[in-house]
Amino acid sequence: MSNSSHGAQQSQTQAKLVLLGDMGAGKSSLVLRFVKGQFFEHQESTIGAAFMTQTVTVDDHVVKFEIWDTAGQERYHSLAPMYYRGAAAAIIVYDMQSQQSWQRAKSWVRELQRQGNANLVIALAGNKSDCKDMRKVSKEEAEAYAEEQKLSIFLETSAKSGECVNDLFYSIANKLPKQARATPQEGGRGGVVLDANAGQNRQKSQCC
Amino acid sequence: MDEEYDAIILGTGLKECLLAGVLSKEGYKILHLDRNAYYGAESASLNLKQLFEKFRPEEFSSAKGGENSSKESEKVFEEKLKEKYGRWQDWNIDMVPKMMMGNGLLVKLLVHTGVHNYVSFKASEGSYVFKQGKLFKVPATDKDALRSPLMGMFEKLRARSFFVFVQDYDETRVETHKGYDLRTMTSRQLYKEYGLADETIEFIGHALALYTDERYMDFPAIHMVKAVKLYEESLARFNTGSPYIYPLYGLGELPQGFARLSAVYGGTYMLNKPDAEVKWNEETGEAIGVSATMEDETVGAGEGEEKKGPQVVTAKAKHAIVGDPSYFPKHSVQVGSVARALCFLSHPIDNVENAHSVQIIIPASQVGRKNDVYVFGCSYMHNVCAKGRYVAFVSTNVETANPEQELASGLSLLGTIDEKFVHICPIMAPTTDGIKEKAIISRGYDATTHFESTVRDVLDMYRRVTGKQLDLSQIDANEAATE
Ligand SMILES: Cc1cc2nc3c(=O)[nH]c(=O)nc-3n(C[C@H](O)[C@H](O)[C@H](O)COP(=O)(O)OP(=O)(O)OC[C@H]3O[C@@H](n4cnc5c(N)ncnc54)[C@H](O)[C@@H]3O)c2cc1C
Ligand SMILES: Nc1nc2c(ncn2[C@@H]2O[C@H](COP(=O)(O)OP(=O)(O)OP(=O)(O)O)[C@@H](O)[C@H]2O)c(=O)[nH]1
Ligand SMILES: [Mg+2]
Repeated sequence: MSNSSHGAQQSQTQAKLVLLGDMGAGKSSLVLRFVKGQFFEHQESTIGAAFMTQTVTVDDHVVKFEIWDTAGQERYHSLAPMYYRGAAAAIIVYDMQSQQSWQRAKSWVRELQRQGNANLVIALAGNKSDCKDMRKVSKEEAEAYAEEQKLSIFLETSAKSGECVNDLFYSIANKLPKQARATPQEGGRGGVVLDANAGQNRQKSQCC
Repeated sequence: MDEEYDAIILGTGLKECLLAGVLSKEGYKILHLDRNAYYGAESASLNLKQLFEKFRPEEFSSAKGGENSSKESEKVFEEKLKEKYGRWQDWNIDMVPKMMMGNGLLVKLLVHTGVHNYVSFKASEGSYVFKQGKLFKVPATDKDALRSPLMGMFEKLRARSFFVFVQDYDETRVETHKGYDLRTMTSRQLYKEYGLADETIEFIGHALALYTDERYMDFPAIHMVKAVKLYEESLARFNTGSPYIYPLYGLGELPQGFARLSAVYGGTYMLNKPDAEVKWNEETGEAIGVSATMEDETVGAGEGEEKKGPQVVTAKAKHAIVGDPSYFPKHSVQVGSVARALCFLSHPIDNVENAHSVQIIIPASQVGRKNDVYVFGCSYMHNVCAKGRYVAFVSTNVETANPEQELASGLSLLGTIDEKFVHICPIMAPTTDGIKEKAIISRGYDATTHFESTVRDVLDMYRRVTGKQLDLSQIDANEAATE
């Protein structure tokens, strides 16, 4: 996680990225496509993955995404504030075949504008673009909305075909502030890391 | 929600979330509900709006105003708060102020479950003890101890041999026992063997073993010795001069972290269910399920499906209903109360070297009490308040009819206080282990400075739910790094 470990000239940013959107919109599928290049027709509702990481390079600058999936806590409006904490970017996903998921996406935008930090990069993704002929949400409407809300990025994506998935993540990487965003994990005076795998660094020391 | 779960958990306090996380990870199908719209229940960290809503409802509601629409008046209140205290979202004020022992049970569970990945921690900057009207830094190394004005020279030598004994003590190796059987010998007797003076004993029992009162003196010394060892190991772990660590954004991150763990393993979360209620089998006295009003659940269902409106739904539990005492009024009693004052400051606590996080112990005997008084401080550096602000907590076990007065010795150490909220919390405890009733109830949060007793309660609840012990001795969280 240090700046120097990735070659001489490269600087590295670590960025927490969160996904939001209606159940079944394709959040987990987008992550899976981006991180592993895979797609499953019958993707299980999210279980068992806390977050995944993926590194991208833009103009000699490395961005390490720490990608948080909702773990289903959004289903009954019970997402914890912890989820947004320290997030540098958010992708709000809707299924372009569903008006309901579009309405949910808009309510997530409102929620983020209220809860998220001020310089959060918000991307809107109209997913399942491989099913354009079934679409219920027009590109024009979504585009206009994204502009009106000053969202950083709007793209129509397909986790199935892979269309625009990399675009989505690279555009986000591009919009992130260049200076390494120190995550609280490392930053600041007195920060500690609890880690079961780190080497023994205890000293025999006596209290009194 | 109207399905069967292995266990249904009520209240998202730290204990309940810990249990939810551990059980889900083991494959239990969990439903977790809370009557509040936020995570944490009694052990939440509240933002500024929630804080005023809870402690100063009159200010909150007067700002809300009569005729104005409630949305508009909420805005007015937010503006009012912002003028005085900055963004209300930037505050996370602990309802149960404690710190985490660096080598304690909670840290072991965090690492064991991976939840440490969701939360960032800072080491506390110092521990102080109050003696004859002054604050002394609790020595962190043997060198510190030899320089510390807390003890005279001869006493230092006696204390030193006691600490060498404690440090070397290993219950499994008889040669380290020096002929003492600490399971039968009391702390009082062990101190006597080392000829320690009363004030050294007070320091060991209260500033190192962290006992809240003197009752431990007549219990087997093993507990005290282990407690002192825990303190030493926690100190050594981060080498920061304090055994404590504290999460960024406040302690409320901990229940959220464990709730996320549960959700990652398939746990279902529903907040904001004010009417959540345990359903009992009147004949057997067993808890069988939980009912709550659900909004229409057509989410995910085919479009055009008819909306049914809110409905009361009951979920059934196979093994147990778990929860904090507030969900089981007929099976809980009050066993004590804790008085807590939360204070906003615009400066560090006086006389602690401008520390951003600190603990001060005021031993009971120094202020003519039976129970110690504790002061905790943290600051904007921990993302719990607006930039430039500090937060201090004073707490103690209530002994008299005037609990606020009992906090005076702690409050007087703080310096100028901008805002103060005092609350008296009854500590509730279950009247049954709940195994027969299939109703596993947690104890309220005690006045101790750390989470050891909290985790012990959770481990016991785990046993009552599953019939198994969760073996933490297998878990070694010793390895850690300091940045
Ligand atoms: C009101 C009261 C009555 C008690 N009565 C008895 C008694 O009659 N007989 C007896 O043997 N013991 C008694 N104790 C002590 C306490 O119950 C024991 O420490 C407990 O049984 C744990 O034993 P252990 O060997 O599992 O843990 P230990 O190995 O002794 O402790 C491990 C760690 O947990 C911490 N810890 C242990 N107990 C507590 C606690 N209660 N609160 C906070 N931290 C704790 C210790 O500080 C230590 O660091 C009493 C305690 C209280 C508060
Ligand atoms: N045709 C098509 N199907 C997709 C696409 N993306 C996802 N799906 C399918 O949509 C379903 C839901 O996808 P998920 O990735 O699980 O959606 P999610 O948003 O993570 O859902 P939850 O975890 O339940 O909130 C799965 O059956 C996927 O295979 C896509 O781009 N095109
Ligand atoms: Mg998913």
